[in-house]
Amino acid sequence: MIVLSDYLILAAILFALSVAGIFINRKNVLILLMCIELMLLAVNINFVAFSHFLNDIAGQVFVFFILTVAAAEAAIGLAILVVLFRNRRTINVEDLGSLKG
Amino acid sequence: MGIEKFLFYFFAAILLVAATLVITVRNPVRAALSLVLAFFASAALWMLLEAEFLALVLVLVYVGAVMVLFLFVVMMIDIDLAQVKEGFSRMLPAGIAVAVGLVVVMAVVVGPEHFGLEGFGEVPRHGADYNNTRELGMALFTTFVYPFELAALILLVAIVAAIALTLRRRPGTRHQNPAEQVAVNAAERVRVVKMAAEPRDDAPVPTAEPGESKEEPR
Repeated sequence: MIVLSDYLILAAILFALSVAGIFINRKNVLILLMCIELMLLAVNINFVAFSHFLNDIAGQVFVFFILTVAAAEAAIGLAILVVLFRNRRTINVEDLGSLKG
Repeated sequence: MGIEKFLFYFFAAILLVAATLVITVRNPVRAALSLVLAFFASAALWMLLEAEFLALVLVLVYVGAVMVLFLFVVMMIDIDLAQVKEGFSRMLPAGIAVAVGLVVVMAVVVGPEHFGLEGFGEVPRHGADYNNTRELGMALFTTFVYPFELAALILLVAIVAAIALTLRRRPGTRHQNPAEQVAVNAAERVRVVKMAAEPRDDAPVPTAEPGESKEEPR
């Protein structure tokens, strides 16, 4: 029988994979955006699993809002990426040091 | 092994393999397609959790809209793959270490000791007349109606921001301005000049044969 902890551990593994992806793909902004999408997916799996096992619909409502915000974030992030590439001809993170931060 | 257990492990394996592919493949197009596979697998898992509406929304919104946007951007910009993947093997041990540490810590917290069979075991399945979309809509349009309107506003801001960021006017392009076209009147377009009629110097000779009139080079 599949219990709640199975889903939670699956989401934890998925989240850890996306964190590792951010570590090993530090050059490519596009892959970083995809890793953020994976992280949000892991969080959403947690919400849906709790919603099912606690029999509370509010968790699914929250997933709905996360999906909305994630879609907005992806749209704006990709727009920034396109503008960045148009101006600098690169999406390498290390070349983007013009703010000297 | 019951059918539910089989489905869970099947789709969980697909999900984890697809996530691993997303972070390891060289080609960003393949990474985006692997992400699509990950979304499909998690949609199947949400179906197992009786969140049918959200599973379909995940497929429609994410696979249908967001990932298509990703693919467009991937194919539009020209990435130097060799340069982008430069520090891959150098950062790989650190990434694996962080991932393993994170999994161990989180598995201790959310493991079967706290969220296992006791308290979070079998939950009664809903009957055939249960409508997940209806339940979600009832919650969304009563208790959460104000956050729902805020979400609509966030999407509007996202549309405006994305268009404002990517819109550009290139100098030198020829384009119409409809407002000016509509606002123009006849006096601005045509100027009627009064002048006396004069005979042409090179007027064609009326005695020439029809069809053989010579054109003078101008």
